[in-house]
Amino acid sequence: MAETTATQSAPEPIPVVRADYLPILLVPALALAALPLIGNTTTWVTLTIAALAMGMMIFVIASGLTLVFGLMDVLNFGHGAFIAVGAYLAMTTLLPLAGWMQADSLALNLAALGLAMLAAMLGTGLLGWAFERVIIMPVYGQHLKQILITTGGLIVAEQLIHVLWGGDQKPMALPTGLRGAVTIGDVAIEKFRLLALAIGLIVFLAMLLVLNRTKLGLLIRAGVENGEMVEALGYRIRRLFVAVFVAGSALAGLGGTMWALYRETLTAGIGGEVIVLVFIVIIIGGLGSVGGCFLGSILVAQMANYTGYLAPKVALASNILLMVIVLMWRPQGLYPVAKR
Amino acid sequence: MPEALLTLEGVHTHVGQYHILQGVDFEVPKGAMTVLLGRNGAGKTTTLRTIMGLWKPSAGRVRFDGRDIGGTATPDIARAGIAYIPETMGVFSDLTVQENMVLAAQRGALDAARLEWIFAFFPALRRFWTHPAGVLSGGQKQMLSIARAIVEPRRLILVDEPTKGIAPAIIDNMIRAFQELKREATTVLLVEQNFRFAEALGDFAVVMDDGRIVHRDSMGALARDTATQTRLLGLSLEAHG
Amino acid sequence: MIKTLLSGDLPRSWVLSVVLAAILATLAMAPFLFGGAQAINTAAKVCVFIVLVASYDLLLGYTGIVSFAHTMFYGLGGYGVGLALYGWGATWIAALVGLAIALVAGIALAFAIGLFSLRVRAIFFAMVTLAVASAFAILAAQLSDITGGEDGRSFRVPEALRPGFTLIDVPALGVTVTGRTIAYYIVFFSSLVLFLLALRVVNSPFGRVLQAIRENDFRAEALGYRTVYYRTAANCLAAGMAVLAGALNALWLRYTGPDTTLSFAIMLDILLMVVIGGMGTMYGAVIGATLFIVAQNYLQKLMGTAVKATEALPLLPSLLHPDRWLLWLGVLFVLSVYFFPTGIVGKLRQPRR
Repeated sequence: MAETTATQSAPEPIPVVRADYLPILLVPALALAALPLIGNTTTWVTLTIAALAMGMMIFVIASGLTLVFGLMDVLNFGHGAFIAVGAYLAMTTLLPLAGWMQADSLALNLAALGLAMLAAMLGTGLLGWAFERVIIMPVYGQHLKQILITTGGLIVAEQLIHVLWGGDQKPMALPTGLRGAVTIGDVAIEKFRLLALAIGLIVFLAMLLVLNRTKLGLLIRAGVENGEMVEALGYRIRRLFVAVFVAGSALAGLGGTMWALYRETLTAGIGGEVIVLVFIVIIIGGLGSVGGCFLGSILVAQMANYTGYLAPKVALASNILLMVIVLMWRPQGLYPVAKR
Repeated sequence: MPEALLTLEGVHTHVGQYHILQGVDFEVPKGAMTVLLGRNGAGKTTTLRTIMGLWKPSAGRVRFDGRDIGGTATPDIARAGIAYIPETMGVFSDLTVQENMVLAAQRGALDAARLEWIFAFFPALRRFWTHPAGVLSGGQKQMLSIARAIVEPRRLILVDEPTKGIAPAIIDNMIRAFQELKREATTVLLVEQNFRFAEALGDFAVVMDDGRIVHRDSMGALARDTATQTRLLGLSLEAHG
Repeated sequence: MIKTLLSGDLPRSWVLSVVLAAILATLAMAPFLFGGAQAINTAAKVCVFIVLVASYDLLLGYTGIVSFAHTMFYGLGGYGVGLALYGWGATWIAALVGLAIALVAGIALAFAIGLFSLRVRAIFFAMVTLAVASAFAILAAQLSDITGGEDGRSFRVPEALRPGFTLIDVPALGVTVTGRTIAYYIVFFSSLVLFLLALRVVNSPFGRVLQAIRENDFRAEALGYRTVYYRTAANCLAAGMAVLAGALNALWLRYTGPDTTLSFAIMLDILLMVVIGGMGTMYGAVIGATLFIVAQNYLQKLMGTAVKATEALPLLPSLLHPDRWLLWLGVLFVLSVYFFPTGIVGKLRQPRR
């Protein structure tokens, strides 16, 4: 392509970057495929909305993990611990706020939940910071040791939960304002699921905003591609790593809180329940991609809900099948991130 | 010879188990362009990376403006006023041209006048301003990489083989840009194998082989000395590019 | 002769040799040394876990692969033998057929997982194995008609292995040789043979290629070794050994179930044993397994008394509670990965400075 500054030749056409919309179609495709199998439209709507809500919760948990991986090349197998710790911190915060939770005012209910979620995020953020310094930083770049040591961190964290809160199952009651369902036509939509949907969407939009409209987001996107060059431009990428890790951990705490409320019970193993789905999500989405993670979360949640209704025994196995199929189509996940 | 802005004294660098730089000594005079020449594998890229702090020297000293930057972290070296244009260009494909430039502006905002000046050499950047850098051609990416390094005045610019694989017409643009930089008295350390480019811009030449400096001279003198060229670089620089 | 038996892989440390010999002797003479059921159960468990952990060391220590699916193969072995004996009657044929099916299924599964995910990075493989193993565990617990669900299956073993069976009426060395004794020695000798076979594998040219791949897979690939095939082969070998370990375990316990074989807790236990014992040493598996299982059975009593002693203090009792022994092992695990990745065996082998 010849470039001349002397004469203004006809500018060559700007290559169009065709947006990759194909994977997004999987969501309605899966939903439509499930419809004839389920038969009943109202049930289908309920399940689909449940899937969207669950998807949002999984997204909140998984987004931090995938971003950390994309940026730092670190996969924290101890992420499940943050989920659990967040939920327990929220539960503890809600104990003195029982009055607000049981009040008839939705505003008070939401305020209590808000405080609990804030506590969870602050606590897990702090834990994440400590985790990054003590456990992860010493093994940057050594994948084998990373896997081992984060798994070790998981064991220790889970045991500490037993020490601090006890191992028995604890109830996690929803506030009065969020119990039950709203009915739209024939369909009953659980109120909490609507809240989960809202929170998830807010988190997603906030992430997109930060990533695409702030300098921090710029640094993260650049760092995911080429961390060395970001350093050569004068930015301390380690601080970026820590910030993203802390944010990811805080999000896991938020997700854990939501999950505990969704299930209405809480045990030390809550992290383990979700983490397998989270791993499947980030593999399907493409390690490092937030958009892929969002899409993957919805797909996995759909799969879990539809098969949970149709053939509950193979619910998790069906998600593994989904993972295999997606990987056969796109081996790097739905939206692979451009790496150096 | 003007005073040295950058000095390397007895620098050794190990990459993994490989001992690549084996005692590198040379100076980069202020306000001039020094060209680092040598065969493939001589250690030129390693030298630039060591200066930039991407690899730590295992022995010896790297002094910039009197300060020892041998163990300093790369971001701090960049903030001290050294810009790096790597061989691989290091352009962020997912970010737009604008975002690439914004990142490079350490002072925060892009200076409009400076941008116009850059666009004069590299018009493609204006055209693709809001497009992802991934759609640029190789030559255009190289332009972006250079533009990033000069978006603000820098004390020292390290450039690694900017003309490799680039069309001759674009190389002309680059020569013009670097000539402008020289007018500004920016110090440049250029690694290059394209002799036309090197001769047009270089003031001093430093030749490297097997991790050591084997010859230092002014560019003009080396360009005239075909015998030394053949001895050091295998073939006459005239035959290149 | 010992050198050939150990495939040239000597303990290389006096202390280690003594300890290993002691363990071997104790396990060999267990039915005659210990009267109680708990002791001999512990011994049998140690034998089984030595095989299980050694096979994991083959994967992790020698090939450099982290897999979370090892318990899945362990469970396959247990269920294969267990369900066969349950469904087809307590005969040797049933047990062997069940074992064969489990072996084939396990190796095929390992092969599939390997080819699918070993060409990509380690982290990816680890995640996939975790997902698959979890799904398998859930399936085993859910398909209760076949597998007995959460409760598992108790079954009868062939007559020669039952407690009621006596081989010789006259007691030998003060102990009557019953079916349990025979069962124990089947477990013991099989474990010994499998362990020696594992030593043979890691000290063979194949084993050396695995180690080369672990060190630098790019270089190995550049030297002409198709790393995917070697890794898959290692995966299959390790899986096969785990299946056999599971079969032995089922035969001994006369029971198979998700909690004793498929739980993630057991996977973590294996990780702990191999890292603390010493990755990439094989003998680490012996040390790690013995230490862990003996501690699991007897240390908890110690912790119990410590709890009573510190009752008055605030946090200490819950930290020292016998159920929290995994906490301390987790800490030890993390410290091991940092400070002594070669584990106990590595420390013992280090020349005194």
